[in-house]
Amino acid sequence: MSAYKDILYNGIWKQNTGLVQLLGLCPLLAVSSTLVNGVSLGLATALVMTLSGAAVSPIRNYIPNEIRIPVYILIVAVLVTVVQYLMNAYMYGLYVVLGIFIPLIVTNCIVLARVEAFAAKNPVGHAALDGFAMGLGLTLVLGVLGALREVIGKGTLFSGIDLALGDWAHGWVLHVIPDYKGFLVAILPPGAFIGLAFLIAAKNWHSLRTARKAQGADATVAPVEGGCSPTAH
Amino acid sequence: MRNTLARASFRTAVNLLFFSVIGTFVLASTHLLTEETIKQTEEGEKLKLIAQLLPAELYDNDIIQDTQEIAADPLLGTSGTTVVHRARLHGEPSAVVLEAIAPDGYSGKISIILAIRANGEVTGVRVVNHHETPGLGDYIELAKSAWIKNFDGKSHANRPEPEWKVKKDGGQFDYMAGATITPRAVIKATHKALNYFEAHRDTLFTVAAPAGEKKS
Repeated sequence: MSAYKDILYNGIWKQNTGLVQLLGLCPLLAVSSTLVNGVSLGLATALVMTLSGAAVSPIRNYIPNEIRIPVYILIVAVLVTVVQYLMNAYMYGLYVVLGIFIPLIVTNCIVLARVEAFAAKNPVGHAALDGFAMGLGLTLVLGVLGALREVIGKGTLFSGIDLALGDWAHGWVLHVIPDYKGFLVAILPPGAFIGLAFLIAAKNWHSLRTARKAQGADATVAPVEGGCSPTAH
Repeated sequence: MRNTLARASFRTAVNLLFFSVIGTFVLASTHLLTEETIKQTEEGEKLKLIAQLLPAELYDNDIIQDTQEIAADPLLGTSGTTVVHRARLHGEPSAVVLEAIAPDGYSGKISIILAIRANGEVTGVRVVNHHETPGLGDYIELAKSAWIKNFDGKSHANRPEPEWKVKKDGGQFDYMAGATITPRAVIKATHKALNYFEAHRDTLFTVAAPAGEKKS
């Protein structure tokens, strides 16, 4: 049982794709302009990673070693295209918003990396869970970064949720800061880099602190209050 | 030696072929299963967009099916064939829905769709796709501001040529300080699309809709 726990902990926190492995940053930077966009693409990626883990693992012993990469890419590409078809059919608004970034999930190196490094060596259940945990970790980072950029850049939260859930969710959009003029840098690509840097810094700070505490070297070290990111927890 | 190498390559190739065939099969089935829904969703979205542009009392025909393909034209700024939807009321031509492209936006092309009544009056313009600066040039989207509604009801007859400009250039249209390139591009594209409509008014309505399969 603890194997499953380890996989979850690894994917969501310890080996987080966005904060630690720093893989698959292209969509992370491009789509994280709002909370809804970030979480939606994160979940689509998580779905693809779960499916590809589950698809590759059972046939891992039948794939000749020399052609494993083309076969993995083929499987990932097929799964992404299936997800794209489904989104086009049933979540059209979101499909239009995420646009080119849905097919680009194929080229997100994190998908292939987990298939090659994990699914090709582990049983089905573990492989699928690993894909899911890694995808969930990415989704969390995308969500937090999207929420930060959206609040700072536009003063809203959940904008565009009607695209994901249908028109009835229109009233869910929160205007966190009323009459906000907007802060353009946060919405433009540099905002993504700056925001991500703060998140990575917060994660590193937290990891260092836990490591130091575990050593018990110096219990009196006062935590340095950055005050920049409210997301360290 | 050569024989085993050939056999190994052959086995690898067959293996790859096997996976490709399975992948193709999965894709083909998904395509077939979702095709109808995707078509319906896209037509529904298009109809919703047209409904924003054209008042419902202006047409009673099947506007999605009543189309004509038109060649690329410098007046429309298009580079390939586009589809015109034709609205008719009691069999009489009442309006067309055209796609046009403003090539000179602040960051690239701005795609618009507009509806023009048979008398040359614009009933509505919407921006379909653009890359203008968020928070600055994006007020051409209806979601951000009502600016785009400035075009409603305007025509060449009731607005002479020099008024098809932003106020800064001596025209009739509002703009926001700091972002004049964007509205200039949209106004110019709309104006040119009206010119196109006037030059092709007769053929736009008369050429029959393509029979059978329609490319969307």
